[in-house]
Amino acid sequence: MNIVIIDYGSGNLHSAHKAFERVVRDHNLGMTVTLTSDAEVVRKADRIVLPGVGAFADCRRGLDAVAGMHEVLDEVVLKQGRPFLGICVGMQLLASHGREYETSEGLGWIPGEVVKIEPDDPALKIPHMGWNTLNNAHPHALLEGIPTGPAGWNAYFVHSYHLKAEHPSHVLATTDYGQPITAIVGRDNIVGTQFHPEKSQKLGLAFIANFLRWQP
Amino acid sequence: MLKVRVIPCLDVKDGRVVKGVQFLELRDAGDPVESAIAYDAAGADELCFLDITASHEDRGTLIDVVTRTAEACFMPLTVGGGVRTLDDIRTLLLAGADKVSIMTAAVHDRSLVSRAAEKFGTQCIVVAIDAKKVSQDHEPPRWEIFTHGGRKPTGLDAIAYAREVTDLGAGELLLTSMDRDGTKVGYDVALTRAIADAVHVPVIASGGVGSLQHMVEGIRDGHASAVLAASIFHFGTYTINEAKQALADAGLPVRMDA
Repeated sequence: MNIVIIDYGSGNLHSAHKAFERVVRDHNLGMTVTLTSDAEVVRKADRIVLPGVGAFADCRRGLDAVAGMHEVLDEVVLKQGRPFLGICVGMQLLASHGREYETSEGLGWIPGEVVKIEPDDPALKIPHMGWNTLNNAHPHALLEGIPTGPAGWNAYFVHSYHLKAEHPSHVLATTDYGQPITAIVGRDNIVGTQFHPEKSQKLGLAFIANFLRWQP
Repeated sequence: MLKVRVIPCLDVKDGRVVKGVQFLELRDAGDPVESAIAYDAAGADELCFLDITASHEDRGTLIDVVTRTAEACFMPLTVGGGVRTLDDIRTLLLAGADKVSIMTAAVHDRSLVSRAAEKFGTQCIVVAIDAKKVSQDHEPPRWEIFTHGGRKPTGLDAIAYAREVTDLGAGELLLTSMDRDGTKVGYDVALTRAIADAVHVPVIASGGVGSLQHMVEGIRDGHASAVLAASIFHFGTYTINEAKQALADAGLPVRMDA
């Protein structure tokens, strides 16, 4: 079984790579984890991870700059239904479009748009930066064994924009920051997290383990 | 609810922890990576490396430390000290830093902040502010930015500077009171609050912490989003958990599930 993490020039993938390797090792999953910017490697992957750091439009341009990547993703994720995880901006890219600096198209797999977080309370700082708990909107295999709710485990967030999904059923979990902020989206074989599992210690490693075992 | 963050800071010189981390039973108290792993296990919310290597040419050791830390710790890591160019920032981010802190270079060239934020995103650009009170006791308080460990005045008003760099794209401020640094008499709460209330980004309080009550004051009265401390953790005066418990007892939200 081969897991690929897509490298499209969006920041550091070292931690994500190491976190996935650590989970594979800890759970004796016998999988390989590969960083790649080659669409053909993604085509052969069993599970696909799309990270992303920085601005939406930049990440979108980065993804488009990799020859054939968009087509291969549509093919293996949408048509063949292989498990897919988007992280941070990699999750936001699932939306129809993003409105950071400029309006740009997303992959459109989770209808909705990525908009700036605008808290009513001026004491709430932007970026939403730090540890916050998850509120399950819908039970999901990837949250199995992870305590949620105000007394649950915490995930590490750092973002100023969030994905407002058109269909409430696509919002698997939210986090509270003056208002419900989308924390996890998903449908079928597709999941995306606004938080960084690779930086979320216990919660993150448990979430990654669930993703690697997930049979959507 | 978003938690307040407790951040141990390690001073690193030539790839070694200055003075060493003494409370943890480490095989090598001077190894930053071993210390990082121990703090990760102890429940630190983030980790900060401050490189004080004298020569810019010797920074390879820091990069190696960051790389090895990121391989072993799945928690956020901020790295600062001697960061001058976009290339310096890129190198640290690629090595595994989540955030890079800029200080003197931003004082000399504010455009570095905007260029860095545009290139790498505001979320990973921290501007470190070293401030000292320059007003007399009978005057309204005024703080100025200092460089070179608090020795060199810049004439820049700290609050105006904080506003300027956040407008330029700093995603967080690491605020150190140079009056309080190393004194253990507590954060400069008035300074912390003046800066935190003036900007829309999170502020990390630093400089002067000597007790758990000081941490509570930094957050509750100083309006900081995070507290940074070095020696009280390294020398085992308090554990991370004790710090978090004190914050929790004061009614502040903390992450206890680590």
